[in-house]
Amino acid sequence: MEQEMLLWVRGTGLQIATAVFVIGMVYRMLHIFMLGRKKSLAEARGSEWSGGFRTMWKRSFVTTKLSARGNFTVIAGLIFHLGFFVTFLFLSQHIDLIRAVLGFGWPAMPRGVIDIAAVLSIGAMIALLVHRFIDPVKRMLSDFQDYLTWTLSFLPLLTGFMLLREIGFEYITLLTLHIASVELLLVIAPFTKLAHMFSTFIARWYNGAVNGFKGIEI
Amino acid sequence: MTISLQNGINTLIGQIDAPIASFFSSCVHCGLCADACLFYTETLDPKYTPIHKLEPMRRLWQQEYTFWGKLMQKVGLSKPVTDEDLAEWEPLVYDSCTLCGRCSMVCPVGNDIVYMVRKMREGMVASGHAPEGLKGATQRAIELGSPMGLNINTLNAQIKHAEKDTGLTVPMDVEGADYMMVLSSAEIADYPEIIGAVTRIFKQANVSWTLASDGFEGTNSGIQIGSSDLAAEIVGRIVHAAERLKVKFVISPECGHAFTALRWEGPNLIGRPYPFKVIHIIELLDELRSSGRLKTEGVDETRMTFHDPCQMVRRGGVVEQPRNLMHMVAPNFVEMPDAGVQNWCCGGGGGVSANHRAEPLRVKVFSRKKEQLDAVNAKTIVTSCSNCRTMLLDGLENHHMDTEVIGLTELIAEHLADNAEGKAS
Repeated sequence: MEQEMLLWVRGTGLQIATAVFVIGMVYRMLHIFMLGRKKSLAEARGSEWSGGFRTMWKRSFVTTKLSARGNFTVIAGLIFHLGFFVTFLFLSQHIDLIRAVLGFGWPAMPRGVIDIAAVLSIGAMIALLVHRFIDPVKRMLSDFQDYLTWTLSFLPLLTGFMLLREIGFEYITLLTLHIASVELLLVIAPFTKLAHMFSTFIARWYNGAVNGFKGIEI
Repeated sequence: MTISLQNGINTLIGQIDAPIASFFSSCVHCGLCADACLFYTETLDPKYTPIHKLEPMRRLWQQEYTFWGKLMQKVGLSKPVTDEDLAEWEPLVYDSCTLCGRCSMVCPVGNDIVYMVRKMREGMVASGHAPEGLKGATQRAIELGSPMGLNINTLNAQIKHAEKDTGLTVPMDVEGADYMMVLSSAEIADYPEIIGAVTRIFKQANVSWTLASDGFEGTNSGIQIGSSDLAAEIVGRIVHAAERLKVKFVISPECGHAFTALRWEGPNLIGRPYPFKVIHIIELLDELRSSGRLKTEGVDETRMTFHDPCQMVRRGGVVEQPRNLMHMVAPNFVEMPDAGVQNWCCGGGGGVSANHRAEPLRVKVFSRKKEQLDAVNAKTIVTSCSNCRTMLLDGLENHHMDTEVIGLTELIAEHLADNAEGKAS
């Protein structure tokens, strides 16, 4: 039974999840673009394109002076995202899977580095969740989707770490749970704010384009 | 559902374009925008978090344009936008937002929050939820020609004073002039010395210019209240006058929102490009400086600082020009912390100063500006927006601070080189 479950999540399940993710995300992004925007008739003082691309990159680094709560959010958020991508992109097993699907791969990072990245990322996520409960601004802003997407992002990290360490369950069970958690993330991402993994760059471009048009160096 | 609510909701949905959809899709409720907003930093009240001011619009976006929103509607977990919601949000959208745009600079996912607030106001107006003070100002602008109720007679009286003081003629309705100068209400009513100042500067620099009797008022309450129709009518008067006089340039006054209205929104409001260029008075003065046509003599040793009006700097890109001019005459010019594109708002932009209900909050959040000023201990604040100037004077008075506030154009005029004709004695 466990073997069958694993086979399903590794095969059909993963195919369905990937298809939903790709089609859903492409549709979501196209839907944004299709709403369009009016071209400004004012005389440009600079370039929308260069302003847009500049902000796409520069907004990865917050330069505005922030309060302690703001700095905490930026630092914890950075650790979570970096840890997530390091474990996702540089664990040897993940690279093997990518190579099997895409036909190419890249060198893996040592397990020790992956372990540290995973622990830091999990820790940062827990800290961010606690902060969401106790910080008055975040608590007021938060809705069901914020907690749902936190859970969906947290589960692959947690089950992945447990799998590497074989904590709690047998290897096959943990592997099944890990892959299933990733599939859940893939299936739901296009329909929730997890779509920010792509839409962020569109948002940054539009923001930067307005400034670029006006010749504002931000 | 009432007709006004339906109008408001339809307008709000109509405002949602690709940028707004990308912004709402990307928001992860991190709350960083709160740190960029003086209404939050000075009150620590979470309701002043910038993205929260857009909650009714976000709900409409979700319900109309997302699978999630449709699903929630199907299972009965969707919260429709009501008249009560819009009434509750009115003070958040108008009283606690000066359209300063600082939040748009901090958002890590790149949301241009002020772009959305400007559009949200369109829906608020359509639903009948706009502050009385701003409604009155806009009505006066439409019916009388000025939000402060001034007319051409008021301007003519101020021109007479300026001509008497300078011994120069202030040109009016000169067809074929290169530049047409526009003034703000506050300049005509409270700071009329600007008329003499530009007259003398343009005389020295040999600038061909004029005022227009049918397009002298740049303040645009239509932009502030969020009514594109009314904003178009107000800006249309200037466009009409500039076309009638066949000028090459229209000079935006020392007024932040007038600059935004004329320079960036105007052509979109009237639906066609201008046959002339728009230049801010400070941009023009800096051009005259760099081409050697503007010459000053003597300096003022007073410790001075410069307050950047949001619409000029962060939303307008006029950053270095005022500094170049300050360095001509103020050797002890010091910059406040966060000066330039990160500068903090005076608290009265975006129609807040015309909204009497907002006054206690505006006075309270001036503490942010005070902190900036305290850090440099300047004796004089120079600025290039007459509304900022009034707000600064008010805030300084409330805090019993002995600091002078002057306009940059006047500061330059006070130091015009001797060869300038009509120099005030």
